[in-house]
Amino acid sequence: MLIEEKSSLVREIEEFVKLYGKKRSSLLPILHELQNKYRYISDFAQQEIARQLGIHPVEVYGVISFYSFLNTEPKGRNLVRICQSVTCDMHGKENIVKAIERELGVEIGGTTKDNKFTVEYANCLGLCDQGPAMAVNDRVYFNLTPEKAVKILNEAK
Amino acid sequence: MEIQKTIRKGSVIFSSYEKGSAIKKIIGLPREDILLELKTSKLKGRGGAGFPVSTKWMLTAAAIEDEKYIVCNADEGEPGTFKDRVLLTEYTELALEGMIIGGYTIGAKKGIIYLRGEYEYLMKPLQKKIEEYKNENLLGKSILGNEEFDFDISIFLGHGSYVCGEETALIESLEGHRGEARNRPPYPVNQGFMNKPTAVNNVETLATIPHIITKGAEWFAQFGTDKSSGTKLLSISGDCEKPGVYELPWGTTIKEVLELAGAKNTKAVQVGGASGICLNKTQFDRKLGYEDAGTGGSIIIFDESRDMLQVLKNFMEFFVEESCGQCTPCRIGNVKLLEGVKMIENGDFTFRYLEKLKELAGTMQVASKCGLGQSSPNPFLSILENFKDEILNSVPGGNYER
Ligand SMILES: Cc1cc2nc3c(=O)[nH]c(=O)nc-3n(C[C@H](O)[C@H](O)[C@H](O)COP(=O)(O)O)c2cc1C
Ligand code: SF4
Ligand code: FES
Repeated sequence: MLIEEKSSLVREIEEFVKLYGKKRSSLLPILHELQNKYRYISDFAQQEIARQLGIHPVEVYGVISFYSFLNTEPKGRNLVRICQSVTCDMHGKENIVKAIERELGVEIGGTTKDNKFTVEYANCLGLCDQGPAMAVNDRVYFNLTPEKAVKILNEAK
Repeated sequence: MEIQKTIRKGSVIFSSYEKGSAIKKIIGLPREDILLELKTSKLKGRGGAGFPVSTKWMLTAAAIEDEKYIVCNADEGEPGTFKDRVLLTEYTELALEGMIIGGYTIGAKKGIIYLRGEYEYLMKPLQKKIEEYKNENLLGKSILGNEEFDFDISIFLGHGSYVCGEETALIESLEGHRGEARNRPPYPVNQGFMNKPTAVNNVETLATIPHIITKGAEWFAQFGTDKSSGTKLLSISGDCEKPGVYELPWGTTIKEVLELAGAKNTKAVQVGGASGICLNKTQFDRKLGYEDAGTGGSIIIFDESRDMLQVLKNFMEFFVEESCGQCTPCRIGNVKLLEGVKMIENGDFTFRYLEKLKELAGTMQVASKCGLGQSSPNPFLSILENFKDEILNSVPGGNYER
């Protein structure tokens, strides 16, 4: 990471600490902000958050590793999460997954070469009456067909 | 959001309600009166455990501390459950007002909505609603002119962990830690968020309360059964013509639910989501209720074409993934049960080993630290028992195609 990038990240974390307060319970909201913006939380960011909140970096890492929405390695620009839970599975999840894998040329769990998509499984998205369902970033789509799912991804930036 | 709105029918939650009317009614009332009303209503928690609301609030109210909290549990992660999403989307007022009434009753100045990360798209509309309530002095300082009652609501976003719906894991998460369940006692009502007395309630529980306040405990208790008063929101999905959220009185039979949902050729019904129990045809006369087939509201319907072993495998994979790993019965137990399912799938099992696994399941139910490990054996035990002819007795016992 460049020095300028580092110092701007430090300033950014300072702003978040100011916004949420210098307390342990601010950790998840701060991690959420960074995850949203950078799509991962780098080693440097982890150490800096720990320093500014006055906790051990291992604590920060422990929290990140616990929550499936937080990660320490960058993902694609768009995170596609297909529901694998029971009713979506009954209603054709498999066909959706196959179509997306074919179309994007990537296997579930992977990231496309152009870094545009990471495709993963999700557990129940709370849309079981309208499955199969998937989430692309923070938006959800349901009543999917393979054709519809691919079209949605083609429209993603 | 393009989530469709339908006209919803139901006698309590979906009955008509005038915004703010419950708040107007309680402001100035002694808190004992509200607790008594709730006690008479016999309202029990809708999040799964079924603890009486009046008792939980009484304990929190009795704790002597200047800071207390009320938490709305909107972590809805149980596979097959989506009624809290519907409430938060279409009946936001009811959930907010339930929290305000709770704050007033237990003496909390702060309410927190723990919203699952998967529902992040509900953040903005919820915040907008909270602002609206502030502007109308239904939230904020001196609510409706009562100088002794300040109350604010904030939203905290979860990050994709099912176990964080468990109330002590939820509190750990709120405090910025890994969502690992705590030992009890102490209970959250005495030492919850920041070690202060905290009442954690499900969205639906909270959304029921404004109706009880405005229409009365007796009116509420006329619905349902003696031990399970009122109605329940059911999230119905699977093999049926009309999946969706239904409000039905407790005491409704599985058969009646199937008819309403337009289910045909039904072979199995999973009551209570992945951690619930799976019933077969001979059990469809059973009634929904705390005294019979209890449920947080999820009903998943399977018709004759479904492979119940695959259903069980899906559930067990979920638990292996979501166990927080803190205690051995759950961390290792779920892996062993899943292995057992795969052995059956491969035609590579002995009945003697399955008996051992059932014993292990029993141990998990008593020895796990939190509800996840205590209830994850439910589908394993009930599916293998209720569908044993399909799963165990109709196979040659060697490798076979599934
Ligand atoms: C693994 C696990 C997950 C849970 N998830 C939820 C949930 O998503 N929503 C909920 O209200 N309760 C959930 N609960 C139950 C809570 O621990 C708690 O009993 C409930 O929020 C209390 O509210 P109530 O009394 O209004 O039902 C869960 C329990 C366990 C063991
Ligand atoms: S039962 Fe499972 S989820 Fe609960 S504390 Fe033990 S390991 Fe964690
Ligand atoms: S099972 Fe897919 S959204 Fe619930």
